[in-house]
Amino acid sequence: MVIIDDAPADQSTRAIVAPGPRRSSRGVRAMSRSFRRHWQLYLLMIVPLAYFAIFKYVPMANAIIAFKDYNVVDGVWGSPWVGFEQFERFFTNPVFWTLLKNTFLLSAYVVLVSFPFPIILALALNEVRLRFFQRTVQMVTYAPYFISTVVVISMTILFLSPKLGLMGHVTSFFGLGSIDFLGDPDYFRHIYVISDIWQTMGYSAVIYMAALSSIDPSLYEAAKVDGANRFQKILAVDLPGIMPTAMTVLILAVGNVMAIGFEKAFLLQNSLNLSQSEIIPTYVYKVGLLNADFSQAAAIGLFNGGINLVLLLVVHYTSKRLTGTGLW
Amino acid sequence: MNDKAERVRNTKRRPRGVRRATQIKDPMVDRVFMVGVYVLLSTFLLIVLLPLVYIVASSFSSPLAVSSGRVTFWPVDFTLEGYQRALGDSQILSGFVNSLIYTTAGTTISLALTVAVAYPLSRRDLWGRGPVSLAIIFTMLFAGGIIPTYLVVQQLGILDTRWAMLLPQAVGVWQVIIAIVFFRSSIPEELYEAAQLDGASDLRFLWSTVLPLSKPLLAVIALMYAIFQWNSYFDALLYLRDPDLYPLQLVLRNVLILNQATPGMDATAQIERQQLADLMKYSLIVVSTVPIMIVYPFVARYFNKGIMLGAVKG
Repeated sequence: MVIIDDAPADQSTRAIVAPGPRRSSRGVRAMSRSFRRHWQLYLLMIVPLAYFAIFKYVPMANAIIAFKDYNVVDGVWGSPWVGFEQFERFFTNPVFWTLLKNTFLLSAYVVLVSFPFPIILALALNEVRLRFFQRTVQMVTYAPYFISTVVVISMTILFLSPKLGLMGHVTSFFGLGSIDFLGDPDYFRHIYVISDIWQTMGYSAVIYMAALSSIDPSLYEAAKVDGANRFQKILAVDLPGIMPTAMTVLILAVGNVMAIGFEKAFLLQNSLNLSQSEIIPTYVYKVGLLNADFSQAAAIGLFNGGINLVLLLVVHYTSKRLTGTGLW
Repeated sequence: MNDKAERVRNTKRRPRGVRRATQIKDPMVDRVFMVGVYVLLSTFLLIVLLPLVYIVASSFSSPLAVSSGRVTFWPVDFTLEGYQRALGDSQILSGFVNSLIYTTAGTTISLALTVAVAYPLSRRDLWGRGPVSLAIIFTMLFAGGIIPTYLVVQQLGILDTRWAMLLPQAVGVWQVIIAIVFFRSSIPEELYEAAQLDGASDLRFLWSTVLPLSKPLLAVIALMYAIFQWNSYFDALLYLRDPDLYPLQLVLRNVLILNQATPGMDATAQIERQQLADLMKYSLIVVSTVPIMIVYPFVARYFNKGIMLGAVKG
């Protein structure tokens, strides 16, 4: 998906530079020449690179407290080593399997169910010829993406609250009585996924709209000549046309399965639905910041990040082999 | 209703012959299919729109009407009481001001840093840019985690200060990538060569040629950062203890989700107080979302560009 394209520059220099023993000295010369010519650019990069070092790489180094018993007095480097004790503690903790299951089920549910909606929306929008209608639908479905998570969850809670929510009136109208959607753990995942689709469907459709607009028009002509109707045209031209995009989106989503957002789950949590709504990121927050058990929280975070990285790599290479589409 | 009227107007604007021709060509299957498409899209439209309409309608209704469920999609017993409560609350006002500060300052810092790293990395003749780009992209795949990052903020001594809201998330990798791709594809190499012949330094060229040519990009990135800052509550939850520093979203969370009573409501009777508190939630949602909804139509156009810039081919 993201290409930082090194190829052209490298190839052109390689074409000029003869391979051989003098290569390294040439490298040094290229370096010093680049420094002399572009010292201002290097200077410019110092502050942002310091940002990445301090806020991204130092935390990675700090993550070694996962193998230590961190205490404030000794700090990150002085605290005693304990090996894999923190991980063992987490794996033998009775909540471990519940957390893993909750995290995995919630993410898989989100990925699988919310995946087709933007595609359907984009395909349908692409068929509409009334510009005004098309633009209205696009603008309106896009809007919720810009509403904050806090507000979306507040709205959800207001709708579902048994005493004054809209849903309470709907369910009692159908004679179902008032259902406590928020208090019943079984509803948690559905609420999460539906509110997620509501919020991101329009936004995610944009990328498919872009892919659809870049499909070669001669394919449509060909389909027309072959006598395809609109639906057949979608199956034969549109869907194959957005396939690479869809694959990339899916890989990213599957690769991020364990990195499911903290924000929403945390806001939707209450003491009643915790048995299904407690996921690894929210647990890390509670262990680390509320119980101040830094080492344990770092270990759990590292475990989660590790799984995520492995998943991403596996999905990327599998997809590359099967479909030829990968992230890089 | 409105849609239908618009549709009629729209079709009228079209030249007659064209419309009739396509209508005759459309086989029956296609016409049925198009009806399906319109029904589907209208459903999507309503599903997204109606909850928003309901919130706005409730926010203008009387506390009693809201809590007895008489409000649907139009205000009942119109009143501004909810807004008076919401805007009269000192906690909420200070949240609003804080969020404005964080959003302006944060966006400025983020934009400056993003350009400062993305422009050099976009220059093909810069030695060392490959490894540096990789190091930056790697932070997208793997992160130290919440607690190790918290420790850094603590070590820097910016815990519970405004800096904790501005620095830890200052540069987004995604934004850097979008900027690099933009500089690569939209700033012609010839301009740089011409500037060099004129004896302009790198910074001079960046300031007086590249940046003026990159206004759409700067707008996209600034808006992305601004909306991110305005909507975020997580960093505040982690790093801030002092309620005077809370951004709006964290105040909203406390009021809307945790139901923390706001001061200044003791005089009224218990039930009435609860009803008013509930009403205030609707008004608060509207108040906090209106700023975003005002800029959103402009943002959306630029955002689309941004998404497409970022999604090179995929």
